[in-house]
Amino acid sequence: MRVNVTVNGEQRQADDVWEGESLLFMLRERLGLPGSKNACEQGECGSCTVYLDDVPVCACLVAAGQAQDRSVRTVEGLADGDSLDPVQEAFVEAGAVQCGFCTPGLVVQAHDLLDRVPNPSDPEIREALAGNLCRCTGYEKILDAVRLAASRR
Amino acid sequence: MDFLRPETLAEALELKASRPDAVPIAGGTDVMVELNYDHRRPAALLDLTRIAELREWTPGLRVGAGVPYVRIIDELGAELPGLAMASRTVGSPQIRNRGTVGGNLGAASPAGDTHPVLLASGAVIEVASVRGTRMIPAADFYLGVKRNALEPDELIVAVHLAPAKGPQQFSKVGTRNAMVIAVCSFAISLFPEENRVGAAVGSAAPTPRRAHQAEEFLASALDFSAPKPLLDSVKREFGELVSQAASPIDDVRGSAAYRKHALAVMARRTLGWAWQELLDGEQQCA
Repeated sequence: MRVNVTVNGEQRQADDVWEGESLLFMLRERLGLPGSKNACEQGECGSCTVYLDDVPVCACLVAAGQAQDRSVRTVEGLADGDSLDPVQEAFVEAGAVQCGFCTPGLVVQAHDLLDRVPNPSDPEIREALAGNLCRCTGYEKILDAVRLAASRR
Repeated sequence: MDFLRPETLAEALELKASRPDAVPIAGGTDVMVELNYDHRRPAALLDLTRIAELREWTPGLRVGAGVPYVRIIDELGAELPGLAMASRTVGSPQIRNRGTVGGNLGAASPAGDTHPVLLASGAVIEVASVRGTRMIPAADFYLGVKRNALEPDELIVAVHLAPAKGPQQFSKVGTRNAMVIAVCSFAISLFPEENRVGAAVGSAAPTPRRAHQAEEFLASALDFSAPKPLLDSVKREFGELVSQAASPIDDVRGSAAYRKHALAVMARRTLGWAWQELLDGEQQCA
């Protein structure tokens, strides 16, 4: 089937989409956006987190066809040209990136948190990021990054 | 595979009638896992997310099957505290942004988080087909492991739940706070004006189920008209009866013996919290 969807502000069209495939697969394999990562395919890890109509979701749990006529924003859509989003800057500066696999999902989820709660408490940060797994950092640097990004907004 | 995309409920019911093999998909948090892992290859998917009437709730209370958990938490915490508590324990923020009570009911997993609350609170499930609408009490809805009372041409439309008339509590055991399938869970609802108690267990039997004997014991042991601090013996007996209502198995998430033990503990604790809320309320009135 064909899926028409707005991705990062651009009208896109994907053809030959299998009816059972996920939004994540369509983004990565058909629309050339490999930023969202494919790890658990069951919503456990958060690595594929994207905005769907401004709400963060696991792209692996959205059927590609459900994105028809909707708006998706991926990690590729956060930076403004060459200048990174403050959340991305903070992740780099705080050393919150090691292998980097979980980073796109964490960045999108943290971005949403700071949009909703500009000065989150530590429990609020932990709760917001509870669905994003990182196996490298031990999370402390990630919490530092979110606090840093919050302080700059 | 076909991808069916109705815009209205009427259209969805027509499609489901002509294609009973179509699997309804809303938040996708269960259905997509099965597709991603090739555990299921349905002939068609019936996307319910474009149907506005499923995503509304109305006072009284009728909650559309497609209202995501995050909105139950944000908008209905005061009227449906038990359902909001259970919704807070579902998955992660991303999952709660998508997952719905309708989906919980459709999957009918014995471990579904909202089931004990729906049972303890006397929820009624509204299902529909082109043949008409049926109102199914939650107690009659769960038929077996991942089996519910839906006919092949029916869709879950809404959940009817009266606003809480007394304290409600929910408790769930798992290895961490987020992203946990319940090892076991428990919900209690007090109905002081009716001298009645609702109590139900999750993830501790082939279906979620009410603890009838525990409900009856507690209703007779409690004095709702002049609440006094709870006797330990009442809490213990209640916990014991809740535990006896379960028939759990040993599986990867926990042993049957542990589940029985944990249910008794959760029943005692949630009763304590609920009763304390009632006592605090009495003091404020006095």
